Amino acid sequence: MWEALSLPFFQRVLIAGLLASVACGVIGSYVVSKRIASLTGGLSHAAFGGVGLGYWAGLSPLIGAAGFGLVASMIIGMAHRKVRSGLDILIAMVWSVGMALGIIFIALTPGYVPDLMSYLFGSLLFVSWADVGLVAIVDVIILSAVFLFHPLFETICFDEEYAEASGMPAGPTLLTLLGLASLAIVTLLRVVGVILAIALLTMPAATARRWVGTLPAMMVLSVGLCAASIAGGLFLSYGISGAWGLSIPPGPLIILIATITYVSSIALPHRRHAETNGNTLRA
Amino acid sequence: MTDFAVELKALSVNLGGQTVLDRVDLSVNPGEYLAILGPNGGGKSTLLKVILGLHRPSSGEAQVLGQSPRQARRKVGYVPQQSAFDLDFPIRVSEVVRMGRLDSFRVGGFNQDDRLAVDEALDRVELRDLSLAPVGALSGGEVQRVLIARALARRPQLLLLDEPTSSLDERIGHSIWDLFDELSQEMTVMIVSHDMGAVARSVGSVACLNQQLHMHPSKELTSEILEAAYGCPIDLLAHGHPHRVLADHEGT
Repeated sequence: MWEALSLPFFQRVLIAGLLASVACGVIGSYVVSKRIASLTGGLSHAAFGGVGLGYWAGLSPLIGAAGFGLVASMIIGMAHRKVRSGLDILIAMVWSVGMALGIIFIALTPGYVPDLMSYLFGSLLFVSWADVGLVAIVDVIILSAVFLFHPLFETICFDEEYAEASGMPAGPTLLTLLGLASLAIVTLLRVVGVILAIALLTMPAATARRWVGTLPAMMVLSVGLCAASIAGGLFLSYGISGAWGLSIPPGPLIILIATITYVSSIALPHRRHAETNGNTLRA
Repeated sequence: MTDFAVELKALSVNLGGQTVLDRVDLSVNPGEYLAILGPNGGGKSTLLKVILGLHRPSSGEAQVLGQSPRQARRKVGYVPQQSAFDLDFPIRVSEVVRMGRLDSFRVGGFNQDDRLAVDEALDRVELRDLSLAPVGALSGGEVQRVLIARALARRPQLLLLDEPTSSLDERIGHSIWDLFDELSQEMTVMIVSHDMGAVARSVGSVACLNQQLHMHPSKELTSEILEAAYGCPIDLLAHGHPHRVLADHEGT
């Protein structure tokens, strides 16, 4: 299995996956802490509209997904702030309309679309160095934003009403956070695909939350868990292909590893309970 | 320019087509310790949110510390109802308190003055030794003190408290009210509460709000005052700790 490391296509997908872990672990920690997984699910599926747009317009599908995702994040973010009821329906609408537009754009694209399935479920074969470069650029954008604005992001995730009442730019901060989430999703498209991206954006972070007491620590652990899941899934996909000749995309395997890790973590004591038992707390 | 800490003139708020506040006049002097009583849905939290600049009045005027509510935010400390956030959130006590230092767009982290203000606030609520504890591991009373410390960290001139003891038992609630009494010596305090006993014991004046506001310049609670606030006849019983009961009236 380790011979895979000498293969250029595997090197590219592994580097892309490890770089995607950074975006995924950092932004996933905000997503899980603020409990906006459903909003983010809407964004990831809406990104497929951008993939289709990219094919149709002759652009990189990842660039199309980034643009489409940013627009969708603005729509969902403003709805989250303004709409008091029916938000779930709006998310479902953005979710399905994104997929629908993607299918329509692809149907309108002349010729055969060879790597379409890779955007749905991930692939070992279709990652280019240009894709790796794009993922690296997204990482730089996300890490820069977190370095500069973490106190605002943390406050909006912890207590949005207080952030608003204190005079913080709660609306723009939330929209920025959702925009970064849509970019994080773009980093995952080549490795796990549109349909499974939301799982990788939430499960490693949810696992990490059980073990650490601060958001920065959660981000670090979540990045590690993401990287382990992605690397494990990629090696497994390659190994299964070599051993049995079965072509299983890496995305589902990555998600299964992340799920097993999360379920296993539930069986162990929760950090909060452990710390509560270890401290003498006053009334 | 006004000399009042809070001045509302003929202020009305409509939300979702319904009148929540109806021509409210209120003048709160600097240093005043005011309780706002009234039934659920009577507009108490909305009144605080108008003062915080979160709700715009449909008509009338609001001034806070001589400025518009939005301009005055950095001089106002706010303690929301405890249920507003997730206790599973991975965050330490000191990290919650330092949120009080954020009052506008900010790039980067916190400076020395921020850290000093956080330490002062934690000392004030006697939680300095738990500053590194996760908030989710605290008791209800301690969480409430953390939220008060967060409001104090911005060194406010006006402190707004929205039912700060509603989820606490009586003994812990008492200690929190003792803290409010101390704070009221240093700043203007407005508190929304259903705790009649504490209101009667602590505050300087009472406003009763049920869409319309009735101001009472003393803290003495009578059945008449409460009837005006709650919109139905109420008897005030006192046996060690005063509380209210509905009196016999039509429609019950």
